[in-house]
Amino acid sequence: MEYKDYYQIMGVGREASADDIKRAYRRLARKYHPDVSKEKDAETRFKEVGEAYEVLRDPEKRAAYDALGTRKPGEEFRPPPDWQFDHGTETDAGVHSDFFEQLFGGLGRGRRGSFRSRGFDTAGQVEVTLEEAFSGTERRLSLQRVAVDERGRPQPTTQQLTVRIPPGVVDGQRIRVPSQGEPGAGGGPPGDLFLEVRLLPHRWFRAEGRDIWLDLPVTPWEAALGESVRVPTLGGRVDLKVPKGSQTDRQLRLRGRGLPGNPAGDQLVVLKIVTPAAQTPADEAVYKEMAGKLRMNPRQAMEGS
Amino acid sequence: MTDPISAMLLDNSVEFSLNEVCAACSVSEELVVEIVAEGIVEPAGDRGQWRFTGLALARVQRVLRLQHDFGVNLAGAALALDLLEEIERLRRVQRSSD
Repeated sequence: MEYKDYYQIMGVGREASADDIKRAYRRLARKYHPDVSKEKDAETRFKEVGEAYEVLRDPEKRAAYDALGTRKPGEEFRPPPDWQFDHGTETDAGVHSDFFEQLFGGLGRGRRGSFRSRGFDTAGQVEVTLEEAFSGTERRLSLQRVAVDERGRPQPTTQQLTVRIPPGVVDGQRIRVPSQGEPGAGGGPPGDLFLEVRLLPHRWFRAEGRDIWLDLPVTPWEAALGESVRVPTLGGRVDLKVPKGSQTDRQLRLRGRGLPGNPAGDQLVVLKIVTPAAQTPADEAVYKEMAGKLRMNPRQAMEGS
Repeated sequence: MTDPISAMLLDNSVEFSLNEVCAACSVSEELVVEIVAEGIVEPAGDRGQWRFTGLALARVQRVLRLQHDFGVNLAGAALALDLLEEIERLRRVQRSSD
């Protein structure tokens, strides 16, 4: 297993005081806490910092850790043959590194097993596309677990799990996967797994809660004369009547065509009038004819002042 | 390959009793009562018959994590939660106007 430099993880020197360590922990927790952080690997970093703090805050664990001497982080490491740590305490939720479990894990876990308790809840994130949010989807997850080996020592393992995500999830939504948190102790029930849903950006659509927004390009004559146009929705194409005399940014509502739910969201279509390029003399002639025949000054309001 | 496990949407369409919230968060009834008194969630129904929505359950869990991991009191954790939710809302608005 790999040696972990807890001082380096916390960004403090070996001579750091208990106050220095606490301060460093609070600062790093604010930076990497999964509820607060938008850093990509926040969850991993937060666990790493939490583990380092758990050792360095406890004078007995810290002294035992210091006694191992200094090594390079990541260096292959085996605990000394006479290693014994008798002050294992009940450990917090979350999975520790192999390194931590070998040094401080056994006793703490053993004690916890002596009474019946429900396992801890665990948390994670899943990213889904808008199409998947609309129809529901399945996700295969890899969960870090702690299993007890034949010698009674806890070992981190990876468990595969397929979760069915129901239709109609919105961005930031929490979903609960029953009984897939940490195992209970002493025959207690397992905790639950809570996932936070992140909706991935879509090429055309934007989600706001259950409502779906779409910018829809239309021609000037479709907007001016009114016409039925085909519009993509998450559930497939539908016909939409562009009302006669529409201007750009006009919003049209397709009721119930957003993400499913009770009530289902709407799709909001924002008209964007696109003018044809005047590429040929004939095109220009059309524009000139309009200029002559259609009397219009869109800046009239500005000119009054 | 294991069979898929159905996840439950924690939104306003599901409801939990006080006992279920306590069990889901592994905390005492007193603490949940305190969280309600702090105005962090507003269960429907009378005291003793409280019903918490899925959104409320997710909020309770989040405020407990903040409280535990940052060593702040409930009022501080509640303030952090409100600000975080506001930031998330603004980020969504920003993302959708990009």
